[in-house]
Amino acid sequence: MNEHADVVIIGGGVNGCAIAYYLSKLGMNVSVFERNYLGSGATGSCGAGIRQQWSTKENTELAIQSVHMFEELSDELGEDIEFSQGGYLIINHTEEELAQSKKNVKMQKTLGLDVSMVSVDEINDIVPVLDVNGMDSVGATFCPTDGHANPFKTTFAYAHAAEQLGANIHTHTLVKDIKTKNNQVSEVLTDKKSVKTRWVVDAAGAWSSQIAKMVGISIPNKPFRKEVLATERLEPLFKAMVISFKDGIYFSQQPEGNIVGGIPIPEQRSGFYELPTFSFIQHMSETLTRYAPALRDINMLRHWTGYYDVTPDARPILGEDSKVRGFVHCHGFSGHGFMLSPMVSRMLAEYISNDKESSVLKRLRLNRYEDEDIDMEQNVVG
Amino acid sequence: MSEKKTIVCRCEDLTKKEIVEAIQEGYTDLEELRRKLRIGMGPCQGRVCLPLVKRILKQVTGEKVKQESFPTFRPPLVPVSLGSLAKLKVESKKKKQSKDQE
Repeated sequence: MNEHADVVIIGGGVNGCAIAYYLSKLGMNVSVFERNYLGSGATGSCGAGIRQQWSTKENTELAIQSVHMFEELSDELGEDIEFSQGGYLIINHTEEELAQSKKNVKMQKTLGLDVSMVSVDEINDIVPVLDVNGMDSVGATFCPTDGHANPFKTTFAYAHAAEQLGANIHTHTLVKDIKTKNNQVSEVLTDKKSVKTRWVVDAAGAWSSQIAKMVGISIPNKPFRKEVLATERLEPLFKAMVISFKDGIYFSQQPEGNIVGGIPIPEQRSGFYELPTFSFIQHMSETLTRYAPALRDINMLRHWTGYYDVTPDARPILGEDSKVRGFVHCHGFSGHGFMLSPMVSRMLAEYISNDKESSVLKRLRLNRYEDEDIDMEQNVVG
Repeated sequence: MSEKKTIVCRCEDLTKKEIVEAIQEGYTDLEELRRKLRIGMGPCQGRVCLPLVKRILKQVTGEKVKQESFPTFRPPLVPVSLGSLAKLKVESKKKKQSKDQE
């Protein structure tokens, strides 16, 4: 007998598990296929930050709504996701950056965000360990409701809540092919079983293009290896995530006390390179100790890699495909999949279940690349 | 010896009881278990505890743990200070410069 599911989700990261939860909540029958273990891709290696300060309206809207959801998520899912709001401090180094920040803050405020410009003198009030001269800073922006959550625990919490509502989550199961009939998704074949379905969600992160290819869709995403390091545990030093678009650095102190952060390496190129680089360790340590000289004597413990699934405008590709019906895009987060996951997943679930398409969703469809004028997200780090 | 008092992961201060409970909750994949409890994320990176956790996992689930599910050991081999890592770059740059001058 052939198995059937209302929706098949490919990818057991935070977005795949969250969509499974919101769809199950709406009464749909869902199967998730993950080729490895839950959170084995970008979710499990990410920097865990949650930011609302963006240059594009779409990302800001999605992030603000996601933060409202993160605030309630531990209660809703019944498991602690360790959400905390220590804010994000964005360091500016040039007058041009300051001008762009002013523009961003103005736009973000119209969307209701509590965000403000911070003078050089005020930076140490927010993060005392920073050296304003070493960072070469001319000012900053600060949003106190930005924050942090535990990506593993968030993913597990979504998965468990979905399973309680009847979702079937299959780890260590590889999707081999997707069948279509008259440009409509009809069946998903895996190495263990096949499932008849009218809906497939591509939430495979850096491997999304391989899934899209199965139904003949080409997407412009490229995988970029990113690296993250963690120091030993320290007493609480600061609460905010510190980032800089010019240097590309981001770092914060986790609830356990470790300082975790990343930076792009100068010789960055796209492709599936899993090995960590020495270049990153040098570059990150040099920049981090320039920002916070007091960390010189702190030990680095570990270093790992993960992928950004990067699109041409650094914004995600979301929603049903215009050519293959029932094929739903949920990828291209360009390093921001975890922080946007609650709202993105709920919107996609509402679209699949109730045919409700929000205006943000419309603006982030794949076919936006056919237009000449695309709004590029500028606020990217790591 | 009581399971409550047996420390399995010394870096993250985890007892055998906590590990057994997490496995019984459904964290039967070594990687998922690690992410749930932070086993092997401390200074020794699991050199001491992971073989023990693997054995406990086998005891509780009755299934052999596949070698390929063993978490990756991350660089560096031992903790190194950020100051010395940052300085290394300066030194190698200087070396390169002096070579260029030759």
